[in-house]
Amino acid sequence: MTARGREAAALALHRFGFGPAADSIAAIAADPQGALLADLERPQAGLVAANLPSSAESAREVFDFRAEQAAKQKLALREQKQAEAGNAAGVVDCRKPSGAPCAAPDANDAANQQPPPQIAKPVPPPAPPLPQQLFQNEAKARFDAALGADIGFVERLVWFWSNHFCISADKILEMAGPFEREAIRPHVLGRFADLLLAVESHAGMLFYLDNVQSMGANSTAGINRDKGLNENLAREILELHTLGVRSGYTQADVTSFANVITGWTWLPPEEPMHGGEFVFVQRLHEPGAKTVLGKLYPDTGLGQGRAVLADLARHPATAQHIAQKLARHFVADEPPPSLVAKLAKTFSDTDGNLKEVAKSLVMSEESWTPQRTKLKSPAEWTIGMLRLMATPQAIPVGRILGTQATLGEALWRPLSPNGYPDTEAAWIDGVPRRLDIAAGFAGQLAANNADPRAVLDSALGPLASAETRDTIARAESRPQALALLVMAPEFLRR
Amino acid sequence: MPHAPSRRDVMLASGTLFAWAYMPKLALAEGRDPRFLTIVLRGALDGLATVAPVGDPDWIALRGDNALTLQSRTPALKLDAFFALNPAMPNLHRMFAANEAIVFHACATPYRERSHFDGQDLLESGLPKPAASDSGWLNRALAGLAPGGRVSVQGNKAFAVGPVTPLVVRGAAPVLSWSPQRILPASEDTTMRLLDLYRHADPKLAAVIEEHARLAAIERSGDMGQSPGQNVPGPAQVRAYFAEVAGTAAKFLAQPDGPRVGALALDGWDTHSNEGIAQGRLSQLLGALDAALAAVETNMGAAWRDTVVALVTEFGRTARINGTEGTDHGTATVALLVGGALKGGRVIADWPGLRSADLYENRDLKPTTDLRAVLKGLLKNHLRADDRTLAQSVFPGSDSVKPMAGLV
Repeated sequence: MTARGREAAALALHRFGFGPAADSIAAIAADPQGALLADLERPQAGLVAANLPSSAESAREVFDFRAEQAAKQKLALREQKQAEAGNAAGVVDCRKPSGAPCAAPDANDAANQQPPPQIAKPVPPPAPPLPQQLFQNEAKARFDAALGADIGFVERLVWFWSNHFCISADKILEMAGPFEREAIRPHVLGRFADLLLAVESHAGMLFYLDNVQSMGANSTAGINRDKGLNENLAREILELHTLGVRSGYTQADVTSFANVITGWTWLPPEEPMHGGEFVFVQRLHEPGAKTVLGKLYPDTGLGQGRAVLADLARHPATAQHIAQKLARHFVADEPPPSLVAKLAKTFSDTDGNLKEVAKSLVMSEESWTPQRTKLKSPAEWTIGMLRLMATPQAIPVGRILGTQATLGEALWRPLSPNGYPDTEAAWIDGVPRRLDIAAGFAGQLAANNADPRAVLDSALGPLASAETRDTIARAESRPQALALLVMAPEFLRR
Repeated sequence: MPHAPSRRDVMLASGTLFAWAYMPKLALAEGRDPRFLTIVLRGALDGLATVAPVGDPDWIALRGDNALTLQSRTPALKLDAFFALNPAMPNLHRMFAANEAIVFHACATPYRERSHFDGQDLLESGLPKPAASDSGWLNRALAGLAPGGRVSVQGNKAFAVGPVTPLVVRGAAPVLSWSPQRILPASEDTTMRLLDLYRHADPKLAAVIEEHARLAAIERSGDMGQSPGQNVPGPAQVRAYFAEVAGTAAKFLAQPDGPRVGALALDGWDTHSNEGIAQGRLSQLLGALDAALAAVETNMGAAWRDTVVALVTEFGRTARINGTEGTDHGTATVALLVGGALKGGRVIADWPGLRSADLYENRDLKPTTDLRAVLKGLLKNHLRADDRTLAQSVFPGSDSVKPMAGLV
């Protein structure tokens, strides 16, 4: 099928991208479908050219930072004790509990004779501590990729896969961003099997789902120590990452698979050379052949887990599970079964070639349904709003993080391993908060003094209803008009 | 490292509060004015770490150093000759002593798999098996009650804190959102213009805005503006938040013309590693929960004597400690009831034992009490839901699970 014209272009930008920036609709109106396919063919598609430390470097830096902080705290405590001892000897201690500098205790103090400074120098806000700084740098790279994209189709795929294979910064702050860059981005247009292996053998995931401590009961380490198996990662791989819940695997499969991946761990971050990197440790690995989903896997060490993952990647239930989630994400909460079937077939026929699956999504007629029922997620909507600004990259990263968190979708902090929800029912009650956010950004949206009716044309084009046009045109101010624009049903839904 | 939710996460993804817009007519006709608050503990609470079977001869062998006992350094709080409470919960212990708390042990929903997401769906949907559902048992129970006088929330609505609406409150009785105002709101004028547009173009969005505006009005009239300090440290943040959301729920429910039936969810109970039963993560969470119950008691005021609070979770955890000082997904657990309306001071359990052969699939505490019997008993005797509705629409296919009598 071919969908052409400004209406299809606007639809494509909202449904498959992050929404239009100025002139986006006109730029792809000749061939919206072709523009989406071209996005898949860009060199370096999916990658961010950011000069950021690797997950292992990040883990080591944060470890060193925390060690240093702990040492400083110890020193401070000692000094405080000494000061208290001094107090007892009659020395006045003017320190405030807040740690603010001393006020002069005596009006006749020599320091008071100096003229007071005329204008207090503006004190720059203190730089955040290193772990938060690393996190913000990662967040900035991600936001800039979305804000600066022509369309953002591949970037939306990155977001999709990152949520599918989520880890949480609440558990491992220093790896949340690097994990996405290292395990997700290089593979979003590659083979699912490679994506899966990259994710499950990443230190971030192994830490997040507790595999780093897991050991086989009969492994060298397990025999000598009072520790053992943790089945968290194995269960979530089956339930969330590949086959899907209730797809036929049993508790025995979970336990057996958990034994297969014992020894998949990391080098602790305190190791100066390779700390924070993935490592397979034979002495944690449960020895012996194991049966998963009815198939016997000989004990080839690391290869045993790789073999199971390779088979899970090819399993028909995985194709179905991924197809369903992709179609739900891009098209509708209840996607057309025919679309799901097409995506699952492409997935199976191409051995999980994700670029082909993405093409199949773009080429399917069902993907272009004019019914735009899907409610954008809070994070997606936030980016769509900011893209209407001339220089959204100037918005402080902390404000974008705060906005998405306020709306319930804090970056890289899902509450559970199944990631953020992807249905209207989960998000619609947060719409009043979006209005408050939109009102808060309205000043910036109107900063370049553009005519709201022109912004409406570039943001929605032919998708805007007569009522929405009327509402925007009659707003009492430009900021109000633009707040209403990003809250219009046509902007909230795609 | 525990996966302790930050205040922000807790605030936005749990702490969900909703309430029905009518008085329960039949109960009022009896001269009672019942309050019912359900608290869903998401993540699977370790029942054996919450209420320990200290009288079971196999208890110490099962959990070793992690077994709470009456002789521990911080001793467990004795409930009866057999059970003792986690020492992090002195308020619950006090309520139990005052006959205002009931503990159910070896209790479970009909769910026998171990997926959080299916387990929570089933806990909240009230269906006998995991299946797609677009409504929850509490919402359907409200829909089946004879409505009495209207509360000051307009319409037959429930309301929720936070943008993620939990399944237990979804359903034919529309969910009405209430959230604390932590960001500067849009002006009333902008809101009305948007509402006007939605009424023409998108009724679903219009309903959400209308409901939000109504609840904001209640919030203003009810003196609920305070919020605790933002910069308190980790466990204290969770503690402050639990107390805040539960306390706010109680303030709503206590008002003479306020709602009578509410629910909220508190997350963070999935303790796979370094569980911290006596001190550490779980101990802190249970302490936060205990403080939240005290906040409910305080804020209910005189209405406490008409109150039942039910604390439920999707399933329990493994009976044994796993290889990483935590517990994995299990089956039976505890359900806790507190409130002045209860005939309390009892642990109700058909104790299945803790020997390997006693365990469900040789790993979990075996379920002997169906949670639906407890909930049906409360809905029937406290709110006066009728048996047929309970068996057919609230908990479909539960004819054989009789409502438990004598709880209130």
